[in-house]
Amino acid sequence: MKRVSLVFTVALAAGLTAQAASAQTLKTVKDRGLLSCGVGQGLPGFSAPDDKGNWTGLDVDVCRAVAAAVFNDPSKVKFVPLSAKDRFTALQSGEIDVLSRNTTWTLSRDTSLGANFTGVTYYDGQGFMVKKSLKVNSALELNSASVCVQIGTTTEQNLADYFKGNNMKYEVIAFGTNDEAVKAYESGRCDVFTTDVSGLYADRLKLANAADHVVLPEVISKEPLGPMVRHGDDQWFDIVKWTLYAMITAEELGITQKNVDEMAKSTKPEMKRVFGTDGNLGEQLGLTKDWVARIVKAVGNYGETFDRNVGAGSKLGIARGINALWSKGGIQYAPPIR
Amino acid sequence: MAIEPRKPPPQFVAKLQRALGGRAGWGGFVIQILFVAALAWIAYEIVANARANLETQNIKAGFGFMANTAGFDVSQNLIPYSGSDSYIRVFLVGLLNTLSVSIVGIFFATILGFLVALGRLSPNWLLSRIAGGYVELIRNLPLLFQILFWYLAVLAALPGPRQSVSLFGSFFLSNRGFVVPKPIGNPGFEPFMAAIVIAVIASLLLQRYARKQLFDHGRMIRIWPWVLGMMIGLPVVSSLIFGAPVKFEIPELRGFNFAGGSRVIPEFVALAVALSTYTAAFIAEIVRAGIQSVHKGQMEAGSSLGLQRGSTLRLIVVPQAMRVILPPLTNQYLNLTKNSSLAVAIGYPDLVSVFAGTTLSQTGQAIEIIAITMGVYLLISLVTSAIMSFYGWRLGRSLGP
Repeated sequence: MKRVSLVFTVALAAGLTAQAASAQTLKTVKDRGLLSCGVGQGLPGFSAPDDKGNWTGLDVDVCRAVAAAVFNDPSKVKFVPLSAKDRFTALQSGEIDVLSRNTTWTLSRDTSLGANFTGVTYYDGQGFMVKKSLKVNSALELNSASVCVQIGTTTEQNLADYFKGNNMKYEVIAFGTNDEAVKAYESGRCDVFTTDVSGLYADRLKLANAADHVVLPEVISKEPLGPMVRHGDDQWFDIVKWTLYAMITAEELGITQKNVDEMAKSTKPEMKRVFGTDGNLGEQLGLTKDWVARIVKAVGNYGETFDRNVGAGSKLGIARGINALWSKGGIQYAPPIR
Repeated sequence: MAIEPRKPPPQFVAKLQRALGGRAGWGGFVIQILFVAALAWIAYEIVANARANLETQNIKAGFGFMANTAGFDVSQNLIPYSGSDSYIRVFLVGLLNTLSVSIVGIFFATILGFLVALGRLSPNWLLSRIAGGYVELIRNLPLLFQILFWYLAVLAALPGPRQSVSLFGSFFLSNRGFVVPKPIGNPGFEPFMAAIVIAVIASLLLQRYARKQLFDHGRMIRIWPWVLGMMIGLPVVSSLIFGAPVKFEIPELRGFNFAGGSRVIPEFVALAVALSTYTAAFIAEIVRAGIQSVHKGQMEAGSSLGLQRGSTLRLIVVPQAMRVILPPLTNQYLNLTKNSSLAVAIGYPDLVSVFAGTTLSQTGQAIEIIAITMGVYLLISLVTSAIMSFYGWRLGRSLGP
């Protein structure tokens, strides 16, 4: 772990790639012919390799969508699995072009890390998982518990705030990677495992007896998860930001992976703008006119991606909840493409 | 024709030339200058480039972040610490955790290493094979694997706190660690400590006196009954007069964990055990080599003086072997300290975990934090080397040239 940080730090200090990359990421990516994308180390539903070694997940699809917009080929991505504590250094040093690794958007991260959040791919919150045999029904009953957590996350600070705020004592055991924390929880070292609720459901799938564990009802924080890019390259920032908005817009307009070719023939002015048959919005971004069609063909619209990876169509089976479109009771909303 | 004496070569210039250019003379000097200039240029480029990059990314360089509030908790802190303390405090907590596990590891690794080495050299066939097997098994398995083994296979297999193994109703062993009664100072504490200090000083003086008697007058005085008597007697007398020095806070199960008492967390135990058994295997080989480097005539000489095997080893062989043992032993101590950074894998809050891990990812000040961390490990290593060199110097002085 230390070695990895060290490598990134040295790369950062030497600025081998950062200087070229910070100014014109799009050109660097095109020259390389590959998008370098930082993802998690195996969180089902968000970023995990499947049994054939292909990366899948919501976070992964964001990178595939960016690759589709740039190269018209969603496979032109190199995925770099990162631990929570190494992810920002990897982005700062130019090792990766996009960090799409269930990362919580906070003010301090937006300002002090030399990186910017481009949007929210998943509205999440922090929760707790305990063994059913403990017969705990609420997080407020967790006084004096031992809690396993992954280091380098907002989770650690929320945990401290929550227990302090409720005048409860606890013991925190912080591990280098998520898997190590889950393993320690499973072995009985901790009473509680805590991370974002979506992560709890995903990690529960990895446990030997998933049914013996229960996620407590309390959600103790706001965790808007989203992709990050380096500060100082507005064009690249726009591309990643609008890639996500294109996926959301496609869902709003009912454009799906299946019907995208038909929809592209639509004569509605709004559709013509989105598909680039009218105007040059894609080119203004530095992409091509058919950028939205490329994205939707590659990964589908936001709703399809959600369902396939974490929603009803996946093992996780998480309800859309606040991640539904604004027009359907959620808060996912994209500014107009015009 | 008178022969002119040859002019002596200009001493000063020659010396300067040799000092600056080595054997290659002035040419070497030029090469050295170029080399230093190239190094300086590379260093400058690195610094300037990093600074420019940080500026374009809007990252503020400097150490101001150290005073900010940390906002997270740590499972083992030897100094008082809470989430509302600063990153400076986090740094100190992590540093002390690294030092404590290293010191404990070095202590046990040294003892175990010496024992295994002596076992390996023992004429007892079974003992030497067991010691040999230990060395071969332990030093050929990766350390991280051994740490995980102790943590996940041995300590995690202990029962939970509610079913913990209890000793006298006050010592508890569970997968949350080893909980012991916590001593709390009573009014009798200070006289008790004073009695111990007096006993130690008196014993040292007594030993000096006995030694002088032996050297000057050839009289052998048995001092150990006196020393033992003082060491036990004085503190006992003190507690009889001033009352018991400490009372004990007995841990009890409350909620999920034990409340009260002192606790050694399993992460510490797993790391300390893995580090000391691993390093002991290397130390055993170093000690064995050191002892075997002493000519066997020394052993025979000891026997012919009528010394027993143990005394010969202790008084004659080991002091000579120490000169050979010391430098590689220092290496092992340094390795152990640096290896303690593997702690992050099992959640032990050492310097790398809380400072180069959590603090780094919270603040994003990668260059500063990694620089501080590297500096600290360097400093620890240099101090360890200095202590060992000092010991070696004293040893060399007492053994003669």
